[in-house]
Amino acid sequence: MATSSDWAVEATGLVKIFGDNRAVDGVDLRVRTGSVYGVLGPNGAGKTTVIRMLATLLRPDAGHATVFGHDVQHEAQIVRQLIGVTGQYASVDETLSATENLVLFSRLNGLGRAESRVKANELLEEFGLTAAAKRPLKNFSGGMRRRLDLAASLISQPPLIFLDEPTTGLDPRTRSQMWDTIRRLVSTGSTVLLTTQYLDEADQLADRIAVIDTGRVVAEGTADELKASVGKSSLQLRLLDPADRDDAVRAIRSVLGVDVTLSPEAARITAPMQDPDRITDLLVALREQNISLTELAVQKPTLDEVFLTLTGHGVENDSETRPDASETPRGRVNA
Amino acid sequence: MSTITSTIQSGVSRELRNHVSVGQTVRNSFSMAYRGLLKVRRTPEQLIDVTLQPIIFTVMFTFIFGGAIAGDVASYLPLLIPGILVQTVITTSVVTGVQLREDMDKGVFDRFKSLPIARIAPLAGALLADTVRYTIATTITFVVGFILGYRPEGGIGMVVLAGLLVIVCSWALSWIFAFFGVIARSASSVQGISFLVLFPLTFLSNAFVPSDTMPGWLQAFVNVNPVSHLVSAVRDLANLGTIGGDFWLALLGAAVVVAIFAPLTVRAYMRKA
Ligand SMILES: Nc1ncnc2c1ncn2[C@@H]1O[C@H](COP(=O)(O)OP(=O)(O)O)[C@@H](O)[C@H]1O
Ligand SMILES: [Mg+2]
Repeated sequence: MATSSDWAVEATGLVKIFGDNRAVDGVDLRVRTGSVYGVLGPNGAGKTTVIRMLATLLRPDAGHATVFGHDVQHEAQIVRQLIGVTGQYASVDETLSATENLVLFSRLNGLGRAESRVKANELLEEFGLTAAAKRPLKNFSGGMRRRLDLAASLISQPPLIFLDEPTTGLDPRTRSQMWDTIRRLVSTGSTVLLTTQYLDEADQLADRIAVIDTGRVVAEGTADELKASVGKSSLQLRLLDPADRDDAVRAIRSVLGVDVTLSPEAARITAPMQDPDRITDLLVALREQNISLTELAVQKPTLDEVFLTLTGHGVENDSETRPDASETPRGRVNA
Repeated sequence: MSTITSTIQSGVSRELRNHVSVGQTVRNSFSMAYRGLLKVRRTPEQLIDVTLQPIIFTVMFTFIFGGAIAGDVASYLPLLIPGILVQTVITTSVVTGVQLREDMDKGVFDRFKSLPIARIAPLAGALLADTVRYTIATTITFVVGFILGYRPEGGIGMVVLAGLLVIVCSWALSWIFAFFGVIARSASSVQGISFLVLFPLTFLSNAFVPSDTMPGWLQAFVNVNPVSHLVSAVRDLANLGTIGGDFWLALLGAAVVVAIFAPLTVRAYMRKA
């Protein structure tokens, strides 16, 4: 039997209903202290609603949740002393400057006037915002706003931090900076519960992942377990001359020992990839038969495929929230 | 030294309390009021209503009604300035509700709600910060009146007391508008409902016209309207230097409004917050 110190979050049967929409429909979560837990799901899956209930911002319609053993409803004020929340939409004051925001939140966290200044400056430095400290937030980029938001969540050094889609809408560089920051946070002993729409991000950061769809947890496990349940990466080849197709398919069968899928236009071949090491052998075999490639790509399982496998339906309107191509989980090499 | 790299105290070894003390409630409210003032400094255009409105209303009413009601402008000023003062400052208190609604719809309110602060602090702070707006409107109205030739007989001390009375009563009335702010769906609907309450209160009073010129049924309302008592109290203070029955009736009216609307507002707010 685990003690309450083992679990930063324990939730059972959380339900939230908006009108006749069961936004969260019986969610169970267990987050081990000191770990990073990822809640992965498409837009509208109920991620934000789950976080809001755990962070005492929204009353669950049913179910029960504790944070370090404290009930989120009956001991809300205690829970608030243990958490930092970085919402999906910047929860900082747009009309104030970065410094003023951090000083205000420090004061509200019980720090004295001088202490608050020191704390604000420390955090601004830490998050690379010193230069912009006095400017109004209106002129802040999305990444700066996110960083300030996260900084504000860290004032009280909370042992549990909620990050709701911390990198959605950020450019690749800012995103990887955010990932570094999150990793550093974890190394100080914080527990992090983050939500994301990207399998890649959950994969990079989270020790365990819950996949959530239409208010329900449809899968839970480590990134590897999840990916294994979805299938392996696949290898995609595009031939210079479509007439080489049959030879190429034969080569793949003999070298990799797998069956392939052919695209309708026949020039693209997709093969499940079990052992990346064998790719070299395949390329050598193709070269020996004078089969030229125009493209070689490794396609990791995408969120789309995860959902397709787990729920039987794909991710709707995924493209509008998806960052640009450089961030899709696809390593592309031109051959 | 670095904030992010120092180790974090674990969740179970912390000293935690599930209630907020009165002292902390007051401190939190003042921090929130401080935020309100910072916002004003960042967006000074918010002050247009408390600066321009007293100027325009005072000048306009003086010259429109001055001749008709009192024969000449100078003799109308002692009647008008207290009326304008009360009307402008009370109108200003409507903004409390509108701004509260706008504020509550912003992301930053989620952070307030997630902090271990007194639940009531964002509300109390907003109302507290607004007394600064009332003070500005009060000062400007008296100054414009002075420029137009108003010389209150009561002396500076009594004028200050009159100003304080108006500020206290407006603060009390702002609970009504804060209530609308908390329960309404949008900022514009707050404005709508608030003016529906505000217009009868300010215009069906003795603020601009002596009530004895009105029909009997109207006089009946005008005479129980707390705003009328407030206007009369300000006239007594500023023009005569006396504290009359109206002074106490105005304060009583303010107390009744707070007694009714503060609990209503707080309860509605807590349910949402
Ligand atoms: N305050 C609200 N009122 C009504 N419906 C809401 C509210 N918040 C969220 N929803 C609905 O609940 C569902 C889950 O939303 P949300 O938790 O924001 O999903 P996610 O964060 O995964 O994108 C959506 O269908 C959304 O429209
Ligand atoms: Mg969301």
